[in-house]
Amino acid sequence: MRTRFTVNGEPREVEHDTRATLLDILRDQLGLTGTKKGCDHGQCGACTVLVNGKRVNSCLCLAAMHEDDEMTTIEGLGSPEALSALQKAFVSQDGYQCGFCTPGQIVSATAMLEELRAGDPSFASASLEGEMPLDDSEIAERMSGNLCRCSAYPLIREAIAMAAEVKS
Amino acid sequence: MREFDYTRAETLSGAAGQLGENASIIAGGTNLLDLMKIQVMTPSRLVDITRIDGLRDVSEDGEGLRIGALVTNSELAADPRVREGWPLLSRAILAGASGQIRNKATTGGNLLQRTRCPYFYDTAMPCNKRNPGEGCSAKEGDGRMLAIFGTSEHCLAAHPSDMAVALAALRAEVEICAPHGDARRVPISELYKLPGDRPDIETVLAPDDIITAVHLPAPQADTRQVYKKVRDRASYAFALVSVGVAVAMDGDRIASVSCAIGGVAPKPWTDPEIEKALAGQTPSDEVFGQAADKALTQARCQPDTEFKKPLLRRTLIAALREATGLAASAPGVETARIPA
Repeated sequence: MRTRFTVNGEPREVEHDTRATLLDILRDQLGLTGTKKGCDHGQCGACTVLVNGKRVNSCLCLAAMHEDDEMTTIEGLGSPEALSALQKAFVSQDGYQCGFCTPGQIVSATAMLEELRAGDPSFASASLEGEMPLDDSEIAERMSGNLCRCSAYPLIREAIAMAAEVKS
Repeated sequence: MREFDYTRAETLSGAAGQLGENASIIAGGTNLLDLMKIQVMTPSRLVDITRIDGLRDVSEDGEGLRIGALVTNSELAADPRVREGWPLLSRAILAGASGQIRNKATTGGNLLQRTRCPYFYDTAMPCNKRNPGEGCSAKEGDGRMLAIFGTSEHCLAAHPSDMAVALAALRAEVEICAPHGDARRVPISELYKLPGDRPDIETVLAPDDIITAVHLPAPQADTRQVYKKVRDRASYAFALVSVGVAVAMDGDRIASVSCAIGGVAPKPWTDPEIEKALAGQTPSDEVFGQAADKALTQARCQPDTEFKKPLLRRTLIAALREATGLAASAPGVETARIPA
């Protein structure tokens, strides 16, 4: 079957089996290998991409269901010459060890900061109303869908806090 | 994944017409695709309902809310009306899954998600839910996540949803569209069937029924609402035990309590004995403990799930202490208001 969608601003049309996930299309057909296949079951977050601005696990998306959708991958957030605020912060704070989970962490955090700006609460929020402060426990709760087997969590949280300050 | 045909439905009747033997609806797909990858579920056709109009809105419905079946968990938890009038629902949703999953998972799909019993997932082991009559491996197996209420000798699996626990405590109803009949409404507690000798049949839905919405009744202003969840890690884990309560006070006494318990039964567990034992009482640990003990008379544990009895007792007491004001207000205790 054929499906058309936009990836990082570019219109794409792909021919694929009904079983193809968005993750496999991005990596194998479009060559966008920044998005990683970790668990392939929605548990690790390494495959996180933005679909119409929202973070999702691309391993749990059927490509067939994304006709006309707009996808953003790690490649669409910045380039080696022009890093995004979060990419800079991860470099500056050393927010990784092996780096495998990093693209998913950065894509996820990019959307998470938008959710925070929109005032969306989390389970760690003291109140469901009002401004949502971004303390360490909020970052940990809001990023719990991204695992890091090297356990670089303290530095990942520092990088996210740093980028959030730069942005606000 | 096994091969399947993919159909994108434009209308509800179009979708219903495609359902039937070995077809499955797909919406968020977060649980279904996971199960298809390991071939626990092998539908020969997927009917995509995500492009059907009219299922994506949260709208006022009399004094309550109508939540379309395709409203995502994220949208519902953040809806300003839900946060004000039914804060228990926001809290319960936010206690479940991850940010990524909640952005995809839908209201209807959350209700119909399958158990996370490890033997249901392990196709090398017998499981009566996967293959009726094959046997239940959980009975002698690793049982930490299993149910203690409503089970049968054929199945010990627990329903994993947090959202459904809140909806049961809030007395929500599920709106179901049948192709050859009027839409009907079923209270959330009657949506699920206990396993009995057919654990593969989990709900009262017919194969071509489609959940179109969930209805929340009018908010109960000034009720104090708490969702308390105990799990093996701090976030992104299923409940060992969870408790959702909404408490109305009359001065120093409890006017009424509505309560549901998660992680302990094949459905969000409700027991009228708990609510009866609390109504009219002055809050105390003794009163709360007696209410818990009434519920626990129904518990049937395995060695691996014995711990859930004291855990449930303590979790219920802790939730009631906060909701009745016996304990200082903790983060996560909200008072419902009538949404503006």
